[in-house]
Amino acid sequence: MRLEPRTDTPLALRLLAPVGAVVAALALCALLVAWTGAPVLRAYGLLFEGAVGSRFALTETLTRATPLILTGLAAAVAFRAKLWNIGAEGQLYMGALAAVVVGGGMLDLPAWALIPLVMIAGMAAGGVTLLGPAVLKVRFGVDEVVTTLLLNFVVLLLVSLLLEGALKDPMGMGWPQSAPVAEAAELPKLVARTRLHAGLAIALGLSVLLWLIDTRTIWGYENRAVGANPRAAAFAGMPVTRVMLRTALLSGGLAGLAGAAEVCGLKGYLTLDLSPGFGYSGIVVAMLAQLHPIGVVGAALFIAGIFVGADAMSRAMPVPNYIADVLVATSLLCMLVAGLLARYRLRRG
Amino acid sequence: MSSPVTVGPEVVLRLAGISKRFGPLLANDGISLTLRAGEVLALLGENGAGKTTLMNILFGHYVADEGTIEAFGRPLPPGSPRAALEAGIGMVHQHFTLADNLSVLDNIAVGTESLWRWRSDRGAARRRLLDLSQRFGLEVRPDTLVGELSVGERQRAEILKALYRDARILILDEPTAVLTPQESAGLFETLRKLTADGLAVVFISHKMNEVFAASDTVAVLRAGKLVATHATASTDRAKLAELMVGRSVKPPAPAPLSPGEPVLELSGVTVASGHGRPLLDGVDLTVRRHQVVGIAGVSGNGQTALAELVSGLIRPDSGRLSLKGSVVEHGDPADMVRRGVARIPEDRHSAGLVGAMAVWENLIAERYHDSAFSRFGVLRRGAARAYAREVIEEFDVRCPGPDARTQLLSGGNMQKLILGRTLAHGPDLILASQPTRGLDIGAVSYVHSRLLDARAAGAGVLLISEDLDEILALADCVTVAYHGRLTPLLPHDRVSVSQLGLLMAGHWDVLRDILPETVDAA
Amino acid sequence: MDFLSIILDILLSAAFWTAVLRIATPYVLGTLGELVCERAGVLNLGIEGIMTLGAMAGWMAVYQGADLWTGVLAAACCGALLGLLHAALTVPLGLSQHVTGIGVTLLGTSLSYFVYRLVLPQASTPPTVEPFQPLALPGALAQTPLTYLAFLLVAVVAYVLYRTPVGLAVRMVGENPAAAEAQGLNVTAIRIGAVVAGSALMALAGAFLTLSAFNAFFFNMVNGRGWICIALVVFASWRPGKALLGALLFAVFDALQLRLQQASGGVLPYQLFLMMPYLLSILALVLVARRASYPRALMIPYRKGER
Repeated sequence: MRLEPRTDTPLALRLLAPVGAVVAALALCALLVAWTGAPVLRAYGLLFEGAVGSRFALTETLTRATPLILTGLAAAVAFRAKLWNIGAEGQLYMGALAAVVVGGGMLDLPAWALIPLVMIAGMAAGGVTLLGPAVLKVRFGVDEVVTTLLLNFVVLLLVSLLLEGALKDPMGMGWPQSAPVAEAAELPKLVARTRLHAGLAIALGLSVLLWLIDTRTIWGYENRAVGANPRAAAFAGMPVTRVMLRTALLSGGLAGLAGAAEVCGLKGYLTLDLSPGFGYSGIVVAMLAQLHPIGVVGAALFIAGIFVGADAMSRAMPVPNYIADVLVATSLLCMLVAGLLARYRLRRG
Repeated sequence: MSSPVTVGPEVVLRLAGISKRFGPLLANDGISLTLRAGEVLALLGENGAGKTTLMNILFGHYVADEGTIEAFGRPLPPGSPRAALEAGIGMVHQHFTLADNLSVLDNIAVGTESLWRWRSDRGAARRRLLDLSQRFGLEVRPDTLVGELSVGERQRAEILKALYRDARILILDEPTAVLTPQESAGLFETLRKLTADGLAVVFISHKMNEVFAASDTVAVLRAGKLVATHATASTDRAKLAELMVGRSVKPPAPAPLSPGEPVLELSGVTVASGHGRPLLDGVDLTVRRHQVVGIAGVSGNGQTALAELVSGLIRPDSGRLSLKGSVVEHGDPADMVRRGVARIPEDRHSAGLVGAMAVWENLIAERYHDSAFSRFGVLRRGAARAYAREVIEEFDVRCPGPDARTQLLSGGNMQKLILGRTLAHGPDLILASQPTRGLDIGAVSYVHSRLLDARAAGAGVLLISEDLDEILALADCVTVAYHGRLTPLLPHDRVSVSQLGLLMAGHWDVLRDILPETVDAA
Repeated sequence: MDFLSIILDILLSAAFWTAVLRIATPYVLGTLGELVCERAGVLNLGIEGIMTLGAMAGWMAVYQGADLWTGVLAAACCGALLGLLHAALTVPLGLSQHVTGIGVTLLGTSLSYFVYRLVLPQASTPPTVEPFQPLALPGALAQTPLTYLAFLLVAVVAYVLYRTPVGLAVRMVGENPAAAEAQGLNVTAIRIGAVVAGSALMALAGAFLTLSAFNAFFFNMVNGRGWICIALVVFASWRPGKALLGALLFAVFDALQLRLQQASGGVLPYQLFLMMPYLLSILALVLVARRASYPRALMIPYRKGER
């Protein structure tokens, strides 16, 4: 058997690939569910119900999808340019850190001024965090995969340090958590009496904006060329280094925004468990979306649904909610294979 | 169609009805061949005729769609280099298959003993290698890392690799492409020793003179089909050329033009390599309007650095580069394009084009900032597509349209795309690096005529090529690169192929015979 | 006491060096495993997940009543299985080694947590097992058997890579797979074999954590050690001897920061000390990046007969 590149991948196949991957992942994980002794179909039924079965479930899934859209965009933007940013988790925390510092009451501004300021601060903090590894990559040829991964740990320790020190909430009863952000920095709710906040609107707006930039502007044109073939882009006279650094700022910024939006829209303050691995799940989101900014929205909704649904399911039957993480990891691996089958065809000989 | 060769020694290899398809391309179409012990068979054909594909099938890199192979009377299992090696077939690939991080001995011995032995028996391997080296006069340094070898030494290592495994049939893919004419003569000498020992040799070539220098039999391939097999002695060049191309070809004949003002001047240009010898070492060079200057030389003697310099990818560490009389201080690719340099890169796949992008996107890659193609950072996609359609039309690029993905184009059409991108704007200087490498004959003559048209229109052309025939056919003046230095310009009618060969090998004392006045002055 | 004499005191104590060897062990094993994979041309970012699964599987086997060495074997087998998954996706299918590796890490980690929670749904304090005991060899600082095994494996891997036919084949497929194939070697099989063997070594590093260094399995217990191993491989220029040296050097710094943390008595936040290993790894990468001689075919998929 041999793989032969397809001359053209039809749109239907590109859309079918993630669906096939998800189905395969669900089928594989059914084995694990069966191993726990729980009835598989009922477990998946509960998962589905927990994700979209009620108004509450639906808003929870949308709330959970908000940071995932942003980290998914962060990964998609970076991977497009072949910048392997695996550090979205750390950039997210840096964004959250900036949000509690800027929005923590030291600025007495009305909401219409403070919210944009806090969001921009979050983006800046995230962007600068990725700028370091990007500079090391273009200046010294240091592999950014390892540096961004290692920085995740450094950032978490930094957050821990600040939460036990400078940023510690005096009213927090000894818990390592920051003081809450000012009321004017809180993102408005989208639906009353739910946790769904304006961060979702920002995330959706950004995915459309990024798609337009990608297809319609010189920026997007340069990004795509540098990502597909940096040597040819440089030969044609494109500013490859600048494109790399720009991409790093944007990717890190999106992840930082995810952190700022979580703090200002949902939690209100910063703790060490702000993110249950949104940065890493963002990679899965981006791959399921085949790095397409609009596709990221759909993929993020799916992953969010899995997490929210699995929590509900594990409350009702003896299946640990880590099944969600296994499902997400399996989806990623299945998606890689599905993507391959979409781009290549199998031939004998 | 084929005239039978006189009955001789035993048949060692028999290919019957080999066909191979790559997507829409029929690379081999029912090819049958026989090879006898002690015979040298030249496989002659244009680029893309299917020679390498056929040999890769024989050696098991590819599996044929149809057809069978018999070696020494036994059928050869398809798709296994190991089976080919065991059947006594050895192959010297055009791009050498040696690992730079291993010694010559390790490269040769790897895979010859069972993987699961406790110890490699290097002592026995070394004895065997030195023995073979002596027997066939192939000098080697067993413990040197391959990364440190010269091209000629690598080729000897490749041949020894095949002999070490008791190859009785040796396949050489374009073995002379990287050698000087003198080194090639040495290789043919080696081949004679091997056939005297009873080996059979197949060598792939697209050069006529080699066929007559080294082969007993010649098989001509054209567009995947075997069109003729002849005893070399019973045929002649004109006949073979016509068989190879399918029609009679006439070489390009540049009209004599008197050179104009200088467009490119290099003076004392040095480019350091970071370690050891500089890539370019005090190079002086002038290219004038209406003039083609050819750079000959074995690859790796500074041509790449020279091309990158004129492309704007690197800058001189010392010395000056001027275009149209003004010194280029901080050249970068975009600056070079603005100054009127049309750049045809050596490797069109990896440096010239972004394969994953559309044809129109590649066509505007050097000037997307122009107000014709973008405004306020937004691409004018309609205008860019319309422009692309014009270029496609004018440069005869065969593609479905401006939105086709570039990687689906054939090599010749990719090169036309690059020509369209760079020549459509009336350049003052054209840098053409290996502009016809790997192209079929039609595309080659198209590229040549475009370059000569531009010369007539007033451009200066800097032609870097490993193909001496190409340089001698196009260039008004020739210079030879060796160890990062360039000879003075030599008028093309005052220098012979063998003199160029000597210069390429570093014997610059022959300059005395070609240009007595200049050398004495220097 | 001034700073220098504190350091001198620490460096002169036998307990310090015992700790260094203990801390170095998982890095030695993990780095060796990654090195074997990368020498064959495959980057294995699954290391973090493989170490986690090794830690969980080894501990779980012993917790279920198996003896310690059976636990080690179970860990190695689980690691080899995940390695086989990584190899199957990246070698014959030629998928992105970066993304596949991240996927394998996510899978290994989540699978470990899932199984642990499934078997022990309610455990709030992690249950313990009786771990390997230190073994005093004559003339050596007392260490557990897995540490001795790790150091022995450095010599074994070095010998295999440089003195045996299979090692030669591995080095060749990582440098120039086309050349290896032209010599009749099966590139796919050799790469898969190397990744599987390397992954088993990584899992041993995980098993050391639960069966020697500690006696229980915690979430996040691998804590980036895998990523540090990847940096150490680059630092070691893909040579087993230098990998040992790098791991030891790294362990010296790590042990030193632990002692200094105690000695500083809370003057400096402990997080600053804990950051050191990660920052040191980044620094090491920056220092060697310029002259790193990567295996030439690292991260480049090889598809037979591809044009």
